[in-house]
Amino acid sequence: MAVETFYYDNKIVRNFGFATIAWGIVGMLVGVIIAIQLYVPWLSFNLPWTTFGRLRPLHTNAVVFAFAGNAIFTGAYYSLMRLTKARMFSDTLSKIHFWGWQLIIVLAALSFVFGITTSKEYAELEWPIDILITIIWVVFAINMFGTIAKRRERHLYVAIWFYISTVITVAVLHIVNSMELPVHLLKSYSVYAGVQDALTQWWYGHNAVAFFLTTPFLGLMYYFLPKAANRPVFSYKLSIVHFWSLIFIYIWAGPHHLIYTALPDWAQTLGTVFSIALIAPSWGGMLNGLLTLRGAWDRVREDPILKFMVVGVTAYGMSTFEGPMLSIKSINAITHYTDWTIAHVHVGALGWNGFITFGMLYWLWPRIFQTKLHSVKQANLHFWIGTLGIIFYALPMYWAGLTQSLMWKEFTADGFLQYPNFLETVQQIVPMYIVRSIGGTMFLAGTCIGAWNMFKTAAAGTLLANEKAEAPALEKDFKEPQGAHWHQWLEGKAVHFTVWATVAILIGGAVEMIPMYTVKSNVPTIASVKPYTPLELEGRDIYIREGCNNCHSQMIRPFRSETERYGEYSKAGEFVYDHPFLWGSKRTGPDLHRIGGKYPDAWHYNHMDDPRLMSPGSLMPRYSWLLEDDLDTQYTATKIEVMQTLGVPYAEGYAGQALNDLKTQAEQIAANLRTQGVANADASKEIIALIAYLQRLGTDIKGNAVSQAVHK
Amino acid sequence: MIRNVLESISGIEIYPIISLLIFISFFIFIITWVVKLDKKTVSKLENMPLDDDDQSQISGRK
Ligand code: HEC
Repeated sequence: MAVETFYYDNKIVRNFGFATIAWGIVGMLVGVIIAIQLYVPWLSFNLPWTTFGRLRPLHTNAVVFAFAGNAIFTGAYYSLMRLTKARMFSDTLSKIHFWGWQLIIVLAALSFVFGITTSKEYAELEWPIDILITIIWVVFAINMFGTIAKRRERHLYVAIWFYISTVITVAVLHIVNSMELPVHLLKSYSVYAGVQDALTQWWYGHNAVAFFLTTPFLGLMYYFLPKAANRPVFSYKLSIVHFWSLIFIYIWAGPHHLIYTALPDWAQTLGTVFSIALIAPSWGGMLNGLLTLRGAWDRVREDPILKFMVVGVTAYGMSTFEGPMLSIKSINAITHYTDWTIAHVHVGALGWNGFITFGMLYWLWPRIFQTKLHSVKQANLHFWIGTLGIIFYALPMYWAGLTQSLMWKEFTADGFLQYPNFLETVQQIVPMYIVRSIGGTMFLAGTCIGAWNMFKTAAAGTLLANEKAEAPALEKDFKEPQGAHWHQWLEGKAVHFTVWATVAILIGGAVEMIPMYTVKSNVPTIASVKPYTPLELEGRDIYIREGCNNCHSQMIRPFRSETERYGEYSKAGEFVYDHPFLWGSKRTGPDLHRIGGKYPDAWHYNHMDDPRLMSPGSLMPRYSWLLEDDLDTQYTATKIEVMQTLGVPYAEGYAGQALNDLKTQAEQIAANLRTQGVANADASKEIIALIAYLQRLGTDIKGNAVSQAVHK
Repeated sequence: MIRNVLESISGIEIYPIISLLIFISFFIFIITWVVKLDKKTVSKLENMPLDDDDQSQISGRK
């Protein structure tokens, strides 16, 4: 066997690494800004582009897809080449992948700021960018499978399995959840409605956590932790069980995001059961990581890289224990919609994704730049300030979530809500919001120190752009040795492996979703529920554009504490025309599903102009441009047609009449406003459409529905 | 659209049961596989990240 000489591409690793840290700073900075906006609402400067509802998706997407995404590519490119003993399949594809991904990030940031969004969490990007993501992802996949195909190492190390499952599952998730029908270049409607849309979205959202923030990072852990500790993983066998049970179970757990919602019970139960089962593989993985360091704990005390990884893996263990707990109905009843969820997410994002990333970058940088790390001391400082940052972030948010939830549910001895004014429960936790923003700032400061350290290290060394390596080529006609087991057949062959991994994840998705799409009885229709009027539809699109769903839910759960506060609990049948659904996931403001008819039109008019006029002390941003900007009706007819294509039963040819109806309804609302004291109310403004939508919300079944509040 | 395609499926209760069965058999499959893995392969596999030759120990530690 002739030994071949080849070169690892370190330049692409460096590029992704720098992008990781740069986008990390941007994403975290936006996070800190919106955290402060929650107690200094004027920080949105009464400008559309800087309101919480637009910046929050920017923050989440930047951190998930730009920071964590680039981190994944950094580590996956580096380790894949070493583990397969091959350069990446194509330098051109590597470059397209890198620049394509950065382009997507820039387009995403712009579109969020300008209110171009689908509203579906972590899938907010509009259809042209969705297509671009698909293309770039396929480029990545070709590059990866191409590298695997030309490998010089027969076996696939477990990290590669995690990468493969990531590539495949993310593709499936992205495509299924992004099914949408365009209205124009920058606007589309989800093909799914209401409950189906919610289920698809959270099947996606949950598995984005699983296959974007968990499996690839486990791959990184299984490669870089042994590297940094200079010893093999504690148990390779455990890593196999870990892998298969993890991907198999994870894919089923999505409905735990929709407990006590209008989702059918059987789907909720399925989500709970599988979520609890998830503890086993997750903790298997965590222990496997931590035990890799057995006998090396003295080194952990000195080496910031190992410190980052130990805290990272521990945070993984904590969040994967907490997640299943939050899937238990009685616990979910307390934590859902509150800041508890935000704390949970950040233990995972800051601790697990952040710290594994930093550990990996500190390990990589001196190696590809052929020098020593600029400052071990600064890396230690980064570690400590980051760890404290996580604590100062998470603890107040847990406390805030619990406090607020208990206040929502508190009744007086006479059976009335103790805190009927929602705002009171918000003001109670403002001190916690302040502490949280300090925690976030600390974490950001740590990241900046890390960036400086990386920059100085790079400046002191020179990039080893093409790293020489040698290995014999694989024999072409390799025969399994006598007695070799079928497991080796699976483990050695990338294609077989990929097929089975795909089957594993598809079964989970299919069993959950097919009945949802196929069985009509899952979503009982309600005769009195009618499609939105053209003006309401436009108002709804403003609601989506401004990202109101980032603070407001539209899903009243069947608890007495909620039906007392908001009204009749939400029924699946009420959402059948909601493309997309707008249930929301967090209540920084009150639920809005039954807001229709609660206040006169003028209340909304003034409240949107400045919430503090109507609700002193409110932390909702101002939206006064809605009072000045004209409603754009050039696509109203098209919107109706697209909705018709999606099955919303407007009368034949209604699109032609839509604009007239819109104007009539707008005049009516403007007239109302004038009689209620808004002298200059103008029917052509955006606010009119938004009021129409808000006043319509939840009114379809008012009057004829009997209250059937259950529980608590 | 999509939701109207196959309206006639009945017996929704069976889905969770099927899913559980699939999962359990899959798990048994994996466990047997792992138990039967021979030591030599395992040790080769677990050392894969470590046996490339870039260990020039240049990081800040040590
Ligand atoms: C930063 C989070 C936040 C955002 C974003 C936000 N709100 Fe609010 N909203 C609140 C809070 C907090 C309250 C409760 C205090 C108040 O009445 O202002 C509230 C109250 C409301 C109420 C009154 C609810 C009631 O039952 O009294 C309406 C209506 C409302 N918001 C509509 C909207 C709309 C429409 C948007 C998007 C254009 C929006 N909100 C964006 C936080 C937010």
